Amino acid sequence: MSPLEFLTDLVNPDLAFLPKALAVAVMSSLVCGVVGCYVVLRGMAFIGDAVAHAVFPGLAVAFVVSGNLVVGGTVAGIITAVLVALFSQNRRLKEDSVIGVFFAASFALGIVIIAQAPGYAGSLQQFLFGSIVGIPTSDLYVVGVTGLVVLAALFALHKELVTISLDRESARALGVPVFWLDLVLYVLITLAVVMSVQTIGNILVLALLVTPAATARLLTDRLGVMMALAPAVGGFSALAGVYVSWSWDLPTGGTIVLVLTAAFLGAFFLSPRQGLLARVAARRAERSLSPTLPATGDPR
Amino acid sequence: MSATTEHGTSAAPRERVASALVVDDLHVALGGRPVLTGATLRVAEGELLGLIGPNGAGKTTLLRTTLGLVQPTGGAITVGGRPVRPGRVPVGYVPQRHEFAWDFPVSVAGTVMTGLTGSLGLFRRPRVADWEAVADALERVQMTALAERPVGQLSGGQRQRVLVARALALRPTVLLLDEPFTGLDLPTQELLADLFAGLAHEGRAVVMTTHDILGALDICDRIALLNRTIVAEGTPAQLADDPQAWMAAFGVGPDSALLRVLKAAA
Repeated sequence: MSPLEFLTDLVNPDLAFLPKALAVAVMSSLVCGVVGCYVVLRGMAFIGDAVAHAVFPGLAVAFVVSGNLVVGGTVAGIITAVLVALFSQNRRLKEDSVIGVFFAASFALGIVIIAQAPGYAGSLQQFLFGSIVGIPTSDLYVVGVTGLVVLAALFALHKELVTISLDRESARALGVPVFWLDLVLYVLITLAVVMSVQTIGNILVLALLVTPAATARLLTDRLGVMMALAPAVGGFSALAGVYVSWSWDLPTGGTIVLVLTAAFLGAFFLSPRQGLLARVAARRAERSLSPTLPATGDPR
Repeated sequence: MSATTEHGTSAAPRERVASALVVDDLHVALGGRPVLTGATLRVAEGELLGLIGPNGAGKTTLLRTTLGLVQPTGGAITVGGRPVRPGRVPVGYVPQRHEFAWDFPVSVAGTVMTGLTGSLGLFRRPRVADWEAVADALERVQMTALAERPVGQLSGGQRQRVLVARALALRPTVLLLDEPFTGLDLPTQELLADLFAGLAHEGRAVVMTTHDILGALDICDRIALLNRTIVAEGTPAQLADDPQAWMAAFGVGPDSALLRVLKAAA
C-alpha cells in the first residue's frame, strides 16, 4: 500500500477508527519519549516494565465492570508505584527485588480478575498485544489531556528532576524533596504507560519508554536535545508502525516496536560521533597515521 | 591559627576566632547502633580542617549530620549559630566523586546550576543573578573554559572541581569535602589541595575527610582524629608528634607502619 492510499484510508469515514488509533499511538509515543529520557538516564528500565505490568489489574477491573480503562490503569499503577517507593525504604532489600515482588503480584491479580469476565481470552490478547480497533472518541481526549499534564509536570519540575538524577545525597542536602519527586516521576511514568497500553499492548509498552530515549542518547550529549529527539523518534516510529501494520495487516504494537528498534540500530551504527562505524573509521585513520610516529611511546 | 596546646577538649584561645561550625557533644545512632558518641569540634572561618579516622569511624555520619540529613540523638550542630536543616543553612557539600551520575547528558555549567535548585524553589527558573553565581563558582575553580563541556568528558580532577563549584554556587560559609583526593594522581591532588586551602583562607570553614594522612598533614591548618568521638585535634605539627593519639584513633600498636610514616613526616 502506498503512503497516498494510507492517507486516503485515514480520511475515509468508514475507517474512522484508523485516524483515532494513529493519533493515540503518536501522542503516546511523544509523551513516552520525553518521560523515557529519565527512564533511560536513571537506569529505570525495570521500573518502567514493572509499571507496565502493574497497570494490568486496574485495566482488568475496568474491563470487568465496564469502566474507563485509563482511570483503572492509572489507579492500579499509582498504587503499585507508591507500594514500591514505601517498601524500598527498607534498607535490607534492594529496590529491584521489591519491584520484582509487586510487579509479578499485580500482574497475577490482573489475570485472576480478568478471568471473571466471560470469554476473556480475546480481551486478554488485546491487553497484552494492543489493538487499533475500538478506541472510543472519548479516549482521544483523555489521552490528549493526560499527555499534556505529563509534559507540563516534566517541564515544571525539570531542574528538580535533573538535580535528584545527578546526585541524590547532595539534592537532599539542598533541601530538595527527593522522595516526593521520585514518587511524582513514578506517577508520570505510570500515566505515560496507561496512555499507551491500548494501542501498543502491555508487553511492548516498555519499548516506547526505552527505545526512543536510548536512540536519542546515542545521538547527543545534551539533555534538552535528547528530550526533543526522543519524542521525534517515537512519534515518527508510531506513524511508520501504524502504516506498516495497516498495509500488511500486521499487529500494530509489533510493527511500531520493530520500527523503533530499526531506528535504534541505525543510531547505534551510524551516529556521527559515537556510532560503531564512526569509531571503526577513526581507529583506521589513526592506524594509517601511526607509521609516521616514532615506534615507542604514547602516540598521543 | 587557632591551635590548641593539647589535644582533647577545646581551649580558651580558639574562642577568640569566630567559629563557623560548632559540633557540640554530638551523639548519633544509626539503626539503634551508636555511631558517634560525644563528638565535639569547632571549625573557624578561614580554617582548613582535616578529618581523619579509620573506616567506620563515623566520618561520613558526621558530615551527613552536619548537612541535617541525620538527626542526632544528643548534642547539636550549629552553623553560624543556627541549627542545621537541609537547604536552610549555607553548608556546601562535595560528595565523593562516585556518588555523581557522570554519564548524565548535562554540561559543566548546568551541573553547577543544580547547586541552586533548593534555594530557587519549585517552579522558579534561574535568573541573571543565579547564572552570575554559577559563573563566579566556575571562575573560582578555574573551569570557566570548560563550562559548556558535557561532564562525562572530564578528567577526575576536573570532575572534582565541578563538584566543588556546584557547592560554591550557594556561596556557603561552611564547605564539607568527602574524600576529595581518592583515586587522583599526586599532581592533581596538589592542585586541588591548593584550591581547598585557598577556599578556606578566603574566609570559609572547610572540613575535608581523607585517608591521605601525609597530604592532610601537609595542607591542613588543623587535624581532627575521629573514631566514634574526636580522639585528638591539633595542628599537623602537634599531631605528627603525638603517636599515642594515632594509636588510639586507629587502634594500632606502637610498631605500626602508620607511626613510622608519621615519624618520617614530623
